This record gives sequence, C-alpha cells and structure tokens, in this order.
Amino acid sequence: MMLRRRKQQGSASAASEPVKPEADSHHSSTNERTTKTDINGLQEDKKTASLVPAQKPQRPLKKWGCMHTCCWLIGCLWIMWWTVLVLYNTLPSLPQYVTEAITGPLPDPPGMKLAKEGLQAHHPVVFVPGIVTGGLELWQGRPCADGLFRKRLWGGTFGEVYRRPLCWLEHMRLDNETGLDPPGIKVRPVSGLVAADYFAPGYFVWAVLIENLARLGYEEKSMHMAAYDWRLSFQNTEVRDKTLSRLKSTIELLVQTNDNRKVVVIPHSMGALYFLHFMKWVEAPPPMGGGGGSGWVARHIKAIMNIGGPFLGVPKAFAGIFSAEGKDIAIARQAVAPGVMDTELFGLQTLQHIMHVTRTWDATMSMFPKGGEVIWGDLDTSPEDGFDCSLKKERAEEISVCESQELNEKQLDLSGKPQTHYGRMVSFGKEAAEMESSKIVRKTLKDFNRGNLPVRANVSCGEVWTEYHEMRWEGVEAVVEGKIYTAETMLDLLRFLAPRMMERADSNWGYGVADDLDNPKYQHYKYWSNPLETKLPDAPEMEVYCMYGVGMLTERSYIYKPSSNNDTCYIPFRINASAEGSSEGCLKSGVYFVDGDETVPALSAGFMCSKGWRGKTRFNPSNVASYTREYDHAPPLTLLEGRGTQSGSHVDIMGNFALIEDILRVAAGATGEELGGDRIYSDLLKWSERIQIEL
Amino acid sequence: MLRRRAQAAGASQNITDGSVPDSGDGKEKSYEANVTESKQDSSPTKRSRKLGSSTRWKCIDSFCWFNGWICTVALALLLLSKILPNSLPGYVTEVITGPLPDPPGVKLAKAGLRAFHPVVFVPGIVTGGLELWEGRSCADGLFRKRLWGGTFGEVYRRPSCWAEHMTLDNETGLDPEGIRVRAVTGLVAADYFAPGYFVWAVVIESLAKIGYDEKSMYMAAYDWRLSFQNTEVRDKTLSRLKSTIEMLKQTNQGRKVVVLPHSMGALYFLHFLKWVEAPLPMGGGGGPDWVSKHIKATMNIAGPLLGVPKALPGLLSAEAKDIAVARSIAPELLDSALFVLHTQRTVMSISRTWDATMSMIPRGGETIWGAFDKSPDDGFNCSVNRLECDEKKSCQPDMTDLSTGQEPPLDGKSTSHYGRLISFGKEASKMSDLALFNKRIKGDRVSPIKANSSCGDWIEYDELDRDELRAAVEGKVFTAEAAVDLLRFVAPQMMQKADANWAYGIADDLDNPKYQHHKYWSNPLETKLPNAPDMEVYCLYGVGILTERSYIYKMSALNDTCSIPVQIDTSAEDKENCLDGGAYFAEGDETVPTLSAGLMCAQGWRGKTRFNPSQSPTFIREYKHAPPANILEGRGTMSAGHVDIMGNYALIEDILRVAAGASGHDIGGDRIYSDLLKWAEQIPLKL
Repeated sequence: MMLRRRKQQGSASAASEPVKPEADSHHSSTNERTTKTDINGLQEDKKTASLVPAQKPQRPLKKWGCMHTCCWLIGCLWIMWWTVLVLYNTLPSLPQYVTEAITGPLPDPPGMKLAKEGLQAHHPVVFVPGIVTGGLELWQGRPCADGLFRKRLWGGTFGEVYRRPLCWLEHMRLDNETGLDPPGIKVRPVSGLVAADYFAPGYFVWAVLIENLARLGYEEKSMHMAAYDWRLSFQNTEVRDKTLSRLKSTIELLVQTNDNRKVVVIPHSMGALYFLHFMKWVEAPPPMGGGGGSGWVARHIKAIMNIGGPFLGVPKAFAGIFSAEGKDIAIARQAVAPGVMDTELFGLQTLQHIMHVTRTWDATMSMFPKGGEVIWGDLDTSPEDGFDCSLKKERAEEISVCESQELNEKQLDLSGKPQTHYGRMVSFGKEAAEMESSKIVRKTLKDFNRGNLPVRANVSCGEVWTEYHEMRWEGVEAVVEGKIYTAETMLDLLRFLAPRMMERADSNWGYGVADDLDNPKYQHYKYWSNPLETKLPDAPEMEVYCMYGVGMLTERSYIYKPSSNNDTCYIPFRINASAEGSSEGCLKSGVYFVDGDETVPALSAGFMCSKGWRGKTRFNPSNVASYTREYDHAPPLTLLEGRGTQSGSHVDIMGNFALIEDILRVAAGATGEELGGDRIYSDLLKWSERIQIEL
Repeated sequence: MLRRRAQAAGASQNITDGSVPDSGDGKEKSYEANVTESKQDSSPTKRSRKLGSSTRWKCIDSFCWFNGWICTVALALLLLSKILPNSLPGYVTEVITGPLPDPPGVKLAKAGLRAFHPVVFVPGIVTGGLELWEGRSCADGLFRKRLWGGTFGEVYRRPSCWAEHMTLDNETGLDPEGIRVRAVTGLVAADYFAPGYFVWAVVIESLAKIGYDEKSMYMAAYDWRLSFQNTEVRDKTLSRLKSTIEMLKQTNQGRKVVVLPHSMGALYFLHFLKWVEAPLPMGGGGGPDWVSKHIKATMNIAGPLLGVPKALPGLLSAEAKDIAVARSIAPELLDSALFVLHTQRTVMSISRTWDATMSMIPRGGETIWGAFDKSPDDGFNCSVNRLECDEKKSCQPDMTDLSTGQEPPLDGKSTSHYGRLISFGKEASKMSDLALFNKRIKGDRVSPIKANSSCGDWIEYDELDRDELRAAVEGKVFTAEAAVDLLRFVAPQMMQKADANWAYGIADDLDNPKYQHHKYWSNPLETKLPNAPDMEVYCLYGVGILTERSYIYKMSALNDTCSIPVQIDTSAEDKENCLDGGAYFAEGDETVPTLSAGLMCAQGWRGKTRFNPSQSPTFIREYKHAPPANILEGRGTMSAGHVDIMGNYALIEDILRVAAGASGHDIGGDRIYSDLLKWAEQIPLKL
C-alpha cells in the first residue's frame, strides 16, 4: 500500500513535468537513444533502479534511501532469522551436541537410566501443583475481555497483562467478601497435564518429571494433574468447582483402572497443604467432607511425596501481604533504580494494585507461618539460632555475601558472632532487630483501639483501595512503635491493619498448635491444612516424604521502616532495604536469611517429617512412616544447562535429577527404606530438637 | 514489485533532473550508457566499481528489501489489528450484511436459560488430536506434541517418521513395539481440529454463555484409530468415561447427563451404552439400569449409524471422491508413479491398520442399502435446486412405485441404482439383467502370491493375482452385502480383523447369546437400546448436500505391479442421474447419507421395537443446508456439512435447550425436510 502511494506520487510529479524526460533523451547521444528505444520497460526500470545510489546527495532520493535501508535491514534480519531457524530445525540434536562438546557427555536423564535398569510404571501418579504455577483461563468476562474465551489469563505468555492491564487485574481479582468470583466473571483453572507442565513457554514446572515418568511407561491413563484454582481457599475450590470431589473420583478411577494399585501423590509447594486438606476432607462426613469414610486414604494412597511443601508456612507470605513486596522487589527498589521504583508509577500504581488483588486471594493467607512462637521462635530464641549463613553460602555458591572481616567489629555473642533474632519476624529498624529484648521499649497494639480512630482518606485513591486507607496515621505510628513482631504477634498486627481480610483468613485457616486434637472444633475444615492442628489419617501403610532443596539463602525475617512518602494513598510500610549487616542471619537489604530452598525455610518443609510426624505422635496416631529427603543445591555449571539438574531451589528442584530418581523409584514400587531412608544435609535435626512441642 | 519501485525511483529521478547542472546530467547519461552498452567511458575503474556495487544491489539487496517491505507491512497490519477493537471484524461484517443475529448462546442466555444437565462430547473419527508419548529416535523432541491435529507440522518435516508413528500393528490393532501415540485429553482434544478450523469450539462457547464450565462439560476423547473395545483394553477409555459420567452426575446435584456424539462418536457411544451395562470382564459392570440412571439424552450429531458408503472406496482403493476428482483434473500428475505408489500406497497401508475405519462400512446389507434393482432412495432428484423444490413443493421427483420392483418408465431417464454400491463399469451400474449378478464372490482365493517387497509399504493387493482379481470383478456389481465380500476377497487379513471387531448384518433374534459379544455393540441393527425408557435419542443431521452413495469402478490402467489395481472411474458422468465423477449422489450432509443418519430414529427405534424394547423416545431434527452468504461468515451459521454443522445456530440452539432441561417435544419434536419417511416405508426391516 505504501509503495503504491509512493509510486503514484512519483508518477504524478512525472506527469506534472512531462517535458523533462523527453528533453533528457534529446540530450543524449544517438546510439544511446537507439538502445533506449530497443530495450523494454523492464530493463529500463532496472537501469533506473541501478542509478539510485548515484543520486544520493539529492533530497527526495535521500528520503528514499532511508526507507530503502530500513526495509533492506529488516529484510536482511528476517532472512537471517529464517535461515538460522531452518538450520536449527534441520539439526535437531545440535544444541545437545554443542553442550556435550563443552561439558562432556551428559548423564542419562533419570527416566532413561531407570528404564534401562528395568523399572516399569507401577503405581498411578497424581500431581498437585502449588500456588501460582497453575494456569487460569477465562470462561466469562466483562466486555473488555472480549475474544479471550478459554484463553489463559495466568500462565503462558501473560500477553494480556501488557495489552490491557486494568482489564486483566479486574478479572484476576476475587470478591472481597465471599472470596469467590465477582459477579459476571468466571476464571477457571486449566485442566489436564497442560495446566502446570510449563508455567510460561520454556519455563518448566512439571514437564521434566512428566517426561521422565513417561519413559517408565506412564501416560495419561496413569497420571493426573490435580489442577485447582490456587486463588481460592481450599474448601472453596470444592464449593465452586467441586475440585475435591473430582480429585476423589479420579483417584478412585486411577486405582481401579491400574489393577488396584494405590496412588503415589506428588504435591508441590502449596499443593502439600492442599493435599493435607484433601485427606481430611475425603474421610470427613458430608456435607463438609467427601464422605469417603475412614480407611479411604489407607485404601487409595501409597505415598505422599511432598516437594518443597511449606507445611509450617513461609515468612515471605507476611511480607507479601504486609507491603506487597518480596525480597526481589525490595532489592530492586534499593539497589537498581531507587528513583524509578519510588515514583508514582511503580510505588503507587503497581504495588497497590498487587496488594489489592492479592488480598482478595484467600490462598495467599494459607501460607502465613503456623505454630506461632513455638515453631518460629520468640523475641530471644529461635530454633535456627546459630545458623552460619556464610559457610553455607560458600559451600553452595562459592560467593561470600557476608564479609567476614566485618564480623570482628560487631558485638559478638558466645559463639563469636552477633546473634540474630530470627524469631523477630518483623522489626522496625535494625536496632530493634539486634537489641536484647530486655532493653527494648515498645508499645503493644492493645494500647490502641482501632475503632475509635477516624477513618483515613479512602475516596481519593480511586480503584486501588487497600485496607490501609481506612487507618489513621496514628495507627501507622502505633505499628511502628510496636517495634518487634513475632510469628504470633504478626498475626495480631495484621488483624489490626486489615481486619476484614483477616476475618476471611481466620474463617479459612488455622495458624496455631492444637492443645487437644480430639476437641470437636478441629473437625472444622479451617484446621485441615494445618499439620499442627490435624492428625494424619489412619493409614499405617502410607508413606509421607518431605523432599526439599537446601543450601540456598531463604528469607526468614524482615526489617521494616515507615514509608517516607506521606501520600495518603501510599502503602505506609516498606522493607528497609538499606539495612545491611554481617550477623549470622546474613542480613542483606533488610532481610535475614536461613537455610532453605529460596522460598521455604528448611524448618517449615522438613520439621513435620523429622519430628512432628516421626514415629507415633499425636499428629500421627497411626504411625505413618515419614522420610526426609534433602537435595543440596548446586547451581548449573554452564548457561547451556538451563536451570540445572542439581538445583535445590523451590521450583527448579522439579528438574533435579536426584529428586526425579527418588520419585520414579517410589512410583515403580520402592519404599522409603529402599531409597535409603532419610538424607539430611542441613541442621534440621538440631533445630527440631530445640522446638518444644508436645508430641 | 521491483519494477514498481524502480518506476518510482525513475520518476523522482526525472523530477530532479531538471534542477541538476548539465555536467551531472551528462555524467549520468554516460553512466546509463555504461550500463547498457559499456561503450562510452571516461574513467573506467571508477565506473566499473560503481557498476559492481549496483549490480549487487539489484539481486540480493532487492530481495532483502522486498522481504523487509513485506515484513514491515505485515507487522504494521498486525499492530493495527491488535490496536483496533476486537469488534472490528464483526463491525465490518455488519456493515456489509446488516446486523447479525445473536449467537444462540447469547440469545438463550437472554431468554433465561441456565446450565442444567452436565454435557459430554464424544468426538468423531479424525477430529480428535493424537500426541506422542513414546517414539523412535526419529521423533526425538516430539514428546507430548501433536502428531494428529494442530498444525500437522511434522507431516511435512519428517513424513516417513510421521507415517511410522501413526501406523498401528497389523495383527493386534494396537501400538507397534516401542511407540505410544495417545489421544489428547480435555476440551482441547477436539475444540479445534487445526488452527482456525473449529469442531466443538462453537458449541463449547455457546454452552459457556449459559453457564457451563469444565465442571459440567467433558470431552470424551478417545484414540479414534482403535477398535472401540481396544480403547478400553489399552487406555481404559470406556472405564474413564463411565467414571466421569458418574462424577458429573454426582457433582451436578444428581442431574443426568446429556451426551453429544458427533459422527463416529455416535457408534462409539452406542458401544459404550452396551459396554457399561454388560457384566465384567468384557463389559463395565454398571448393571442393567446404569444408563437410565445416568443419561438424560443422547443427541447424535450426523451419526453414521448405518455406516457410510464413502468407507468402501476408502478401504478398497484409498480414495475418496475428492481424490478421484483431483485425479481427473490432473491425470498426468496424479497417475504418475510417484503419487500412486507413494502417497496412495502409504495412505492405504496406514489406514488399513486402523480398525476404526472399518466401523463405518455400510451395515444392514441389502435390506437397508438396496438390492441390485431397487433401493429405498431410488428416484432421488438431484438435478434441480432442491432447496427451492422444498419450498415450492412443485418439483417432486418423478416417483414410480418402486415397491413393486418395476423398472422405471422408458422415457429415456433411467433412475440410478443406488443399491449397487460398487459397479465395475458404468454399464454394469445401469444394466437391468439380474442374471448377471447372481454369482457372488467367495472369500477364497486360488493362489496367494508372495509379497513384492520392492514396492515400499506393504499392502494386501501385493498378494493378489491381477488376473484373478480382474476375472472376479470385471463387469460385476456389488451391493452392500456383496461389497463386504469383495473386501474379504481383496483384503482377507484386514477383514479378519474387521470381523473380529465389527458386525455389518441385521440380527434375526436379538436374544441370541452371541449378541453379547462386543463386536455387535456398535451396530444398532444387532443390539437393543438399553432399558432406559426416559432416555431421549436424537438424530440431528444436515440435509441438502449431495452425498456419495455408490461408485463406478474400473481396473487401473497401470500394469505396474505396485499400483493399486482398482480405482474410481472418474470419467463416468451422467448429471441427469446424479452421477458425477464416478459417484452417484443422494441426499445427505456431504459425508453421511440421510438414510444412515436418520433411519434408526425414524424407523428402527421409533416406538416400541425389538431394537428399542423399552420405548425410549426418538426425535429427528434435520437442518437444511444454506451456504454462507459471503466470505466473512466463514463456514456459515446455517451450514449442514458434516463438520460445519457444529457451527449451525439452529443445531446449537436445540442442543442448548435440551441441555438446559427441555425435552424433545419442547423443542418441537421431529423436523424433517428430506424424504426420509417415504424411504423408511420401503425398507422391509423387521421391527
């Protein structure tokens, strides 16, 4: 089209000066004129085309030249791209060949290795994906989402986030009151293996495991992805989508169509809590439960292999709900672009939008640290005290983040290092985090009565409303003066700051430790996903595995500061990303770290298997066998390895060959003893011992 | 393209020529001369260098420029289409055709319909996706990628590898050793067959508009290459379907399920209905009232309940009308050794390993499909626009009383003998001398010859002596029954598998214990409907499209031993008698004749019959074909084509109403445009 227009212009101007070409040819020599008349139009065109470079200095042609160059460049790139693509496709084994040339022959993937050993598919397998990794698709939406029917809103390319961000936010949000869909919007989980095999193109979650299982002979007859809407509270997935009923029916079908072999369940991340909930639900009587009767789990489940399961919660969840930021965002704000991140665009819009949306998701509150100060430590002591993050770091990544020379200048405790108070989940100011508890002067929240405070501005902030807007500045100051919050008081703080949200949280989740598990109140579903407030089902032959990565620094507690921005629409608290230190906790950018898989601390992932459920305890009355399998993190050696075959991080562990081998062996019929029982690299046993909990 | 640009450049050059000084003009002129003749040159080195660069520009750079231009335009258009509101195509269409009617989902949602009964889709042959789970080394990197459906990219990239993986084992009808190809599961299995080519997508979207989601919809995907019983043996597909239907009922407040089988899915679901109530181990052990407890309605969409004649040429010579017509268009190309040997042999060797293709051989023999001299739909008038006929009621076909077996009047127009499903030679298809036809082919052969290994893919014709075949078929005609015998003659191994999995007859005594075998379960003429008096059976199908009904064959002209020895005689034309390109046409939806899709609902199952002892109500809903008014409508909202009918608004509306709780009477009972009832009267089926 563009070309045609240009041609018309050209011919039009040619027509306006019709004499010129004529005169031009008269000037030329005789023999040239004869050739010119002889040659046909095409040749003439070619000739004039060849003259274009010679005409460069003149203005109209210069414009032409630019267009030419542009088109030429694009064309060149285009052709090169296709050539490379064709080459790449015709040589399918090339990437592998290059990798092998650099790193030496790769080890066989575990599926191939074990298939050679003669392992065969035996037990059917059920995957339970975690939070965030499952895809969500649109089934009914507002007019702004026209044409997105059954397209992924979450997972995949996330194309719509960029194209229509506000529309996307509107559809991802849940109703503030019910925790279900807002009227007129239906967003549903993608079903089938595709729900969570890849989170985004090229970013695997379950794909590697699925492929390795397939090598043993697994297929969709013997594998099932228990996809669920990870935004909802677990019980609501049943209320809205009947997800628990479907899972029950599917497991029964899997057992029945696979020669009555029991199922091996593989939950990942929050899926571990979801499946805990399922096991209680399935045996509970209707209408609250599934009516499977006692013995259902014993009849249908061979083993539960939890991968990175945050049984006792993750501290990250506090930071996420408190100020809608993870470590990554905090570091980005401090180090990378302090100017950009604190501008209106990011600080106000993005974070508040995130907070607004995520606070409607009940599931995010399922991961608040559970067990309170008994598990996570109080003001003075915590189980992980004495963790040496610098050693860990060196062993794991050979990069020392905590400079050792600084240690000498600091106040040292008996072991020669400044003590970290991990139990202080959130501290306002570095001093508060490090001071001895007796020296701290702080007010408690009970001194303030939230109801008496006038409501803070809330209208002017438009759609991005968060519950902070209903709070007076004095409320914020009170929070800051509270100085230190442990796992238990943190919950109180949230109840103070966001009473409506916590009302929903408290009706869906329990965060405590049960005194008496036979108390009838524990028959309520809100306790079912808290391992400290439920018993494992009566299934003595079942095995429970806790498999998780260690050797990575994992967020454990935070140093906060009041936000410097006085704008009333602003989120009033920020991680103090400038707080750096050299204590054991490896304070960096306002965050203390412990051992874990980068998301879940080892204590949360491993405590239940190493102590809470170990042997016959009140949480495990039928003496279900439990095994702890840790996978030490080793980063990928080269870029070509991608996300590594020995990674211990929360999601990348799904590609860890050792983990996959363990799963394959159990799926093919092995027991935990045959795998080698426990394998523990961290100080988990020492920490567990310190936890004073009645068993 | 190049020329245009050059003209533009030339034009602009002309503009500038006027303003440049004479010296430059002269220089340019001499340069021009240099290009053409190389005669005048004042500074040869400089000129030649310039010339060199300009010639390079001509070739590669023009190519680059051209590509770049195309890319830029494409990107600009893409950007434009993304920026413009989504409603633009709809807007353009509306400007041209006037306001569009609301899609049925929107319309019925406004009318207050809400999701009620859960819905199960049963896709047909070919439309379901298949993906690779384990393969040979040539298929590396294709794990869980679609081999069938989607873009079919691998067919072009590694055709022989693809063919190897799509082939099943010739003996067992299951996977070959070391290869596992499995059906895609979930709604994605058959919502779109290829990008942009919908199958179930429109139905799914319409159902979603009245509140359905994956909690209340299920795609019963199965491997459509296998025999129905083998889907259970290998994949437990029937067990999964049973369990899923039970779960759907349970999670939807005990509401029964509406089943929507399409095409071969109708046979598959018939098989399921028998399987689920049959005792273990052959059946599903659901007990005698499982169906009545779980199924509200079976809405067969274009179900070839009595088979399709198209299956015969497919099995006999691996061709459909389309291929045969294509051959007549380009005889040199398609008759060339390359095409015949490689493509057609490959197609035949692959498709014959698929047991399911044999499920659609016409059933019921001469009783249903007609004998040598008469068939129920003889006299069908295809020479005029039948759509107008139906409205004016003025051009009914000149029917003679066929029930008496009389030849048509000798007014020069002889009716087509649809009963002769395969005739060798046009004359044979019209001859009235019955004596010729009495000799039938028996399945035994004189002398099997060794397979000729030099022909590539092995097919059973390699073991058949050409002269023996010629003697057996030339000048003969074959009815539905005889055609099966013919297949047994030319492909005894294939038919051995077919006879183990399928039956093509009519039962004399349905209580005979032999009918408890699974091979009879998908033949409606050899099974009873389950004891479910409340279950409704719908036959929904399109009419108004000419559909292949019988074929004229010839021996292949090629004497090459590798070629397939018989082929459709595309030169046979007789438009007066519905003969076109070697095939006689009758009423139908382009694939399934109306007789096959509708007869069971009109006669076999209507009322209390031996095929329907519990008197399940049946309803016939025909959808008259109207081609899309313009290109913008895509495949049309009133199409009745075998697959395109899945986008037919009237059909979708019927489905939605039944799913939302209406009964067959509520939606208007029978609606018949064709002469189905008249034909049914002439079929002497014992009821």
